[in-house]
Amino acid sequence: MARNKEALLLLIDVGPSMHTVLPEVEKVCSMLVQKKLIFGKYDDVGVVIFGTEDTDNELTNEVGGYEHVVVLNHLKVVDGDLIKVLEQLPRGTVDGDFLDAIVVGMDMLIKKFGQTIKGKKRLCLITDATHPIKDPFEGTKQDQVSTIAEQMFAHGMKMECIVYRGQQDMDGNTSVIEENDILLDIISKMTSSRKVHVENSTSLLGALRTRNISPVTIYRGELELSSEVKVLVWVYKKTSEEKFPTLKKYSDKAPETDKLATHEVKVEFEYKKVDDPSKVVPPEQRIKGYRYGPQVVPISSAEWEAVKFKPEKGVKLLGFTDASNIMRHYYMKDVNVVIAQPGNMKAALAVSALARGMKEMNKVAIVRCVWRQGQANVVIGVLSPNISERDDVPDSFYFNVVPFAEDVREFQFPSFSNLPSSMLPNNEQQEAADNLVKMLELSPTGKAECLQPDFTPNPVLERFYRYLELKSRHLDAAVPPLDDTLKKITEPDSDLLSHSKPVIDGFRKLFELKENPKLKKSSRRLLREKPSGSNEERDDPGNIVDAEAVNFIEHASSFKVEKIGESTPVQDFESMMLRRDGADWVSKAIADMKSIIMQLVTDSFEGDNFQKVLECLIALRKGCILEQEPKHFNEFLLKLCKFCTEKDLASFNEFLASKNVLLISKSEAEESEITEDEAKIFLVKAEQK
Amino acid sequence: MELDPDEVFADDEDELESASYQGKEATKELVVYLVDASPKMFSTTCQSDNGDDESHFHVAVSCIAQCLKTQIINSSYDELAICFFNTREKKNIQDLNGVYVFNVADREYLDRPTARLIKEFDYIEESFSKLIGSQYGILAGSRNNSLYNALWVAQALLRKGSTKTADKRILLFTNEDDPFGSINGITKKDMIRTTLQRAKDAQELGISIELLPLNRPNEEFNASHFYAELLGLEDDDLNQFMPSALMRFNDLKNQLRKRIFKKRKVRRITFTIANALSIELNTYALIRPTVPGQITWLDSVTNLPLKTERSFVCTDTGTLLQEPPKQSQSYKNEDIKFSSHELSEIKRISTGHLRLLGFKPLSCLKDYHNLRPSTFLFPSDEEVAGSTCVFIALHKSMLKLKRYAVAFYGSSTHPQLVALIAQDEILTGGGQVEPPGMHMIYLPYSDDIRHTEEVHTYTGGTAPRATDDHVKKATALMRRIDLKEFSVCQFANPALQRHYAMVQAMALDEDEVPEIADETLPDAEGMARPGVVKALEEFKLSIYGENYEEEVDLAVGGKGNALAKKRKAEDAAKESTNYDWSELADNGKLKDLTVPELKLYLTAHSLPVAGKKELLINRILSHLGK
Repeated sequence: MARNKEALLLLIDVGPSMHTVLPEVEKVCSMLVQKKLIFGKYDDVGVVIFGTEDTDNELTNEVGGYEHVVVLNHLKVVDGDLIKVLEQLPRGTVDGDFLDAIVVGMDMLIKKFGQTIKGKKRLCLITDATHPIKDPFEGTKQDQVSTIAEQMFAHGMKMECIVYRGQQDMDGNTSVIEENDILLDIISKMTSSRKVHVENSTSLLGALRTRNISPVTIYRGELELSSEVKVLVWVYKKTSEEKFPTLKKYSDKAPETDKLATHEVKVEFEYKKVDDPSKVVPPEQRIKGYRYGPQVVPISSAEWEAVKFKPEKGVKLLGFTDASNIMRHYYMKDVNVVIAQPGNMKAALAVSALARGMKEMNKVAIVRCVWRQGQANVVIGVLSPNISERDDVPDSFYFNVVPFAEDVREFQFPSFSNLPSSMLPNNEQQEAADNLVKMLELSPTGKAECLQPDFTPNPVLERFYRYLELKSRHLDAAVPPLDDTLKKITEPDSDLLSHSKPVIDGFRKLFELKENPKLKKSSRRLLREKPSGSNEERDDPGNIVDAEAVNFIEHASSFKVEKIGESTPVQDFESMMLRRDGADWVSKAIADMKSIIMQLVTDSFEGDNFQKVLECLIALRKGCILEQEPKHFNEFLLKLCKFCTEKDLASFNEFLASKNVLLISKSEAEESEITEDEAKIFLVKAEQK
Repeated sequence: MELDPDEVFADDEDELESASYQGKEATKELVVYLVDASPKMFSTTCQSDNGDDESHFHVAVSCIAQCLKTQIINSSYDELAICFFNTREKKNIQDLNGVYVFNVADREYLDRPTARLIKEFDYIEESFSKLIGSQYGILAGSRNNSLYNALWVAQALLRKGSTKTADKRILLFTNEDDPFGSINGITKKDMIRTTLQRAKDAQELGISIELLPLNRPNEEFNASHFYAELLGLEDDDLNQFMPSALMRFNDLKNQLRKRIFKKRKVRRITFTIANALSIELNTYALIRPTVPGQITWLDSVTNLPLKTERSFVCTDTGTLLQEPPKQSQSYKNEDIKFSSHELSEIKRISTGHLRLLGFKPLSCLKDYHNLRPSTFLFPSDEEVAGSTCVFIALHKSMLKLKRYAVAFYGSSTHPQLVALIAQDEILTGGGQVEPPGMHMIYLPYSDDIRHTEEVHTYTGGTAPRATDDHVKKATALMRRIDLKEFSVCQFANPALQRHYAMVQAMALDEDEVPEIADETLPDAEGMARPGVVKALEEFKLSIYGENYEEEVDLAVGGKGNALAKKRKAEDAAKESTNYDWSELADNGKLKDLTVPELKLYLTAHSLPVAGKKELLINRILSHLGK
């Protein structure tokens, strides 16, 4: 572990122009520290902020200058308190000078580590770089920056730059911005580190690599063009899913007083005879059986070993083919990158020539790969060129796995042209679709591409780590809702939507969608069976008639209205309330209605059901007043609003507020515990949420 | 990449999702292959690729054989029966004339395919005339109606299982479009009526009848003679799957094969395009890695399957835990606990199924934006009428404007950003190559992307770049080794083929495992063509100059490495002579030595040096022969 120890210094611009994004900076930096607490416990982290009113750094004390740079946290082994520091970054008052901060940071790293841990010293600068840096005493700014960059290189430091440019800065001082970009480029070039520009807060969250994984090759060897010509290459992973952390199973059986309890859970597997479950079969008496149709064929490992497919390690070229022959959807797995053996100039040249040739001819190479000796299968893949945009980065190939014959299921689908004309769009509709596609452009010319995978963080992981931190402080904290920055990943951008409202409305008007009432039920059940949705509902005893009850009602003979259907819930409800042949009908009607409403709300997409829900609610309210059952309605409404707030359905609450659906007050029903004023306040509260 | 079936099976939750889904919708399939064995099926031929004439009977039978193999590999629980009609012999439950149900030992008529069935069916063509015989069953003057009988037999076979849990189908292979052509008058009318009634009865029992027509040369299969009515086809449907008269053998075979497999959707999802505008789509898994079937542990004495029981034991108290335990993440020296409810809540970040976010030019989708196999989307009007129309409109616009859609797929376990690529239908003479629809490609997040190409940079300088001349030589090479007809799935997976050859041989108690050719090796012959060799040579020369061999040797470091190893071994050998290994071993004193000391012996005798001390000692002992 210690061998891979890394020292990271965050240089954060907190000047006035950065204030709008500081919340995101706080989040991304906290996340980084959190991941270090889990994956890199021994790493050192320090924080320097600049653009502050105050000055507090060693260089100022030693040589003077370097004003408005504050060392917020000295380089030390990462700890939980650091998160608290990063969560509340002070807001600065002056425009910062990033070069000062860089020098302060370098000084800290050199003082602490000198020439040790080469290559593991990282600086990370987060700034908007819109303000000029001070002129040097002698020489030009560029000379000064070059000297600094040389020093960085000499000490084995890397510096990542994340330059945030919101739209509002575009009218700023363009010459300054250009100058700063050039200066930062010098550093990035000389230290071979990344410099990225981001334009919105979501990208900012994704721009900083919060977990540093040291790359491991999966193959080092020859790329065989033929038995005569071989190019030496290394293969790395290019994409690899960062999985949701594997959590440990936890046992709470140990008494609380036992301080040494491990709380661990051991998973044990026992293999028992089917006909005699009391007998456990020991491992040496077990043999692996392979299914073949209904048969299970026992084959021992030794037999297997003897006949197993054992290909030789190597990557062999099968040939080149037009890129259009390999359709994008045939890519099977995560992606690898194939680079020439580092330091081997000729190999780099060969890879470069092939890559550029492929690009020029629009070709790809088909290769057969066996990454390791002893690997029991081969992989057929396609190499596509990756022409480097940076001078110091060599050209390379991307490698994608393509399927074997067995992996493809050939289903036949009807041709669109053979469908009845009622299913085909007419010219007007087609035009509306064209406009929609043009309007909802995520990569507008002149602006940065939105939701670029390279800058889009995983919202689930973000949420998990934030919740983890929250839980470490408050044991019983609830899962926080997704914040607005992350919502931009899961939901369409509201600006874009409002901007293109006329086009969307036009599109919607031209197409008629009708739900098939007969089939509705089955799919609804299907949707509800999704684990996430059903859990909450089931845990909430009040608002759900359990599925069995609904089924029971469904199966009962329907002479009079015995259940409330989804097609005409209001009528069903009213007639059921009027039934007098049993005492339970009223409560059944109310309960049914509640579940219908919950279902409608849960199933609604973008508010398509809201009007119906409203009608149902009004009917329910009326019914509850008539039957003097205010409590049922009031509790339900509160629950519904709470449910909607939790489930990102705030729009429904707003909708209710706008339609004036109130709690039942004392004046309407004697039993209500709600006064008229309280009933009105409820609305306001809902609206605020 | 070890094909450890345990591990392989642990992945791909899409498959799991689909499995659970299928469990609910109960999509086990019961199929009866009804193959016309009339003389006409043998006498009519179409041309195969190598110029030989193949009979229609051969086409049908080889299609079925191929499907059996696919089915058994996919270890599905589907059941099937193979049934010939217009035969000389008869074999069926009802003892009807002209119908022969093909079967093998240890298997019911309608059952899952077994190794024996596949094997014997492979030889059906040789044994057919002797065992079963071909004879047209509908003749003037006799009351026999073999088609009627065949449908009746099939229906009786499919009586098994309820339609709720199984999908029942009859696949009818024939090249006779007018089965009652040879008779006329009242008898003909009567026969047609009873046959149609028979088919209708079957359909009312939830059995679908599908026709797989084979064309006679230069003569279209005319479904309107008889079959349209039997199948209840409308004009539009009629044209959809009718093969053209000029279709070649392979194409015909492909198309039949495609139709034999029923499309299975993974799930039905809602695609929200804008507020209050949601359409319905079905998702299909067209491409998924096929892996060797799951391992079942057997008792090696009885060869009976074992029951696996998993139990959670609390390490502190030894108590058996009943409910799934809570989970924890160690953080800041503390165990932070999560309930499964909380965990699923964390993952639940979107209410919708698939939500449109916008469109991007196709060039924005990079080659490395990939994580998992894609999923195919096709619209359905079943629940939301009008979905298809909206889908097609968007599909056309996206193709025309060269855009792909970015959407968020809010699945409960794997919420992800996805790219939707519109795929236009691609047809060849043989039918559909690519179905029209959209492919959903799962995009990585920034957390999933690594900047590995930037690990080895030429700091401060420039990386080697090919000159125009280099590139010219490379493109010349590409022109030479051009796989014009390449299609992604043209290779069979050699590891899988070997696996099943082995299992099949063992299942049938055969001694020899048939050799499986590895199709994935480079075409040595093609590579040796003078043109190719010359292009390669020129490319090599332009990059490496005259001294290719030296350069490579130098770069490999392989030799240097080997040298170092050799030197090490020599040193170790020298050192190891300081010990009397044999004596140490005899006195059991090896365990008193340190691991580095033990390794001296191992290195000197070029044995592996990995493992724990105990293992090392054992290795030395066995090498000493003790």
